[in-house]
Amino acid sequence: MPATIVFDLVTPERLLKSEPVEMVVVPGTEGDMGVLPGHSLLIGMVRPGEIVIFENGKPSERIFVAGGFVDIAPERCTVLTEEAIPLTEIPRPEAEARLARAREALSDAATDAAKAEAERRVHVAETLLARAP
Amino acid sequence: MPSLKSFKLRINSVKSTRKITSAMKMVAAAKLRRAQQSAEAARPYSERMRRMVSGLAAGQAGMPGAPKLLAGTGRDQVHLLIPCTADRGLCGALNSSIVRDTRRLAQELIAQGHTVKFLPVGRKGRDVLKRDFGSQIAGEFTGIGRKGVRYAEAAPVAEKIVELFAAGEFDVATLIFNRFKSAMTQVVTRQQVVPFPLPEAAETASGPRAVPIFEPDEGKILGELLPRNLAVQTFQALLESAASEQGARMTAMDSATRNAGDMIDRLTLKYNRTRQANITKELIEIISGAEAL
Repeated sequence: MPATIVFDLVTPERLLKSEPVEMVVVPGTEGDMGVLPGHSLLIGMVRPGEIVIFENGKPSERIFVAGGFVDIAPERCTVLTEEAIPLTEIPRPEAEARLARAREALSDAATDAAKAEAERRVHVAETLLARAP
Repeated sequence: MPSLKSFKLRINSVKSTRKITSAMKMVAAAKLRRAQQSAEAARPYSERMRRMVSGLAAGQAGMPGAPKLLAGTGRDQVHLLIPCTADRGLCGALNSSIVRDTRRLAQELIAQGHTVKFLPVGRKGRDVLKRDFGSQIAGEFTGIGRKGVRYAEAAPVAEKIVELFAAGEFDVATLIFNRFKSAMTQVVTRQQVVPFPLPEAAETASGPRAVPIFEPDEGKILGELLPRNLAVQTFQALLESAASEQGARMTAMDSATRNAGDMIDRLTLKYNRTRQANITKELIEIISGAEAL
């Protein structure tokens, strides 16, 4: 069994990351998943949270994702997300402003669909803010 | 005979036109490179998304509880056409070819007894279609991609499509956009997005594939994935259309610059001829005046 698994992080705008890693922890909707080489095939949903990449048994990189999908094969783990920001690059004021905007959208929401979407945005913003340094 | 001064004025005005068109060409070339890069950068996401949806959809399509975005409403009475045009002109036949194709498709559908609605994206298409089909416009989007198309700009378009679909406003949706082939050629493309077109049999039947684990269940993932996929398809179409716009503008401005150059040459020739004719005339006058003495 190979010692690494290729981890792809893709946003609609570009392929953010594609590199072999030892292990990656993905925040699934049903709980965090540690993905090691040789993982069985899995398709799942990702909740807003952080992806942790492990190198030499220690977390080497943390990336915030705004939810999405994950497609795992034995040699490859692909995360599709609409937004990904490395945790070190989250400016706190911006995260706060974003939460305020999302809350505003929630109070303005007229239809059920708009409300659900706004709730999702609030949730993403809250998660982001909680992780901002 | 026009005076020398009027020639001079025309030459100067054509020269300044040429300056503008050649500057526009250069700007378009720079923007084209950027637009092309972002179109290429976006490809991995849409490809993987499509693969995931196709894999899931093949298993779910026949099921009774399949999501509506995949299975459709079971009718094809009302068609929604989404023509993607540029906001600005001066880019050759780019916008008019989209509008022409949209109009042709609409007429075909109407002739077959369907109802047609429009959701134009981009100012140019909206203006023309509003004139012809004013009452059938379901919504409109303009000002997208002023500084390069962002995903956040494409998402509202997809949300609007999903919203209209959920409200039962249409049964089939088709995107009409320019696919970027090269700076010289753009191909008008029609792409059905709702219901999701199932992949060809050959693509799905690529050997027995192990059934993956789904977390949560297939239906739920698909329910989330389909609207996202719609957004990505729209985003991709907008990127292609933005790259096409710059390519078409570059070509159009290139030929405009060349035409202006030709015109300057012609005018300069005429100017010199007229000048020479004037000199000859004056000489004749002087000589015949001297002879008469």
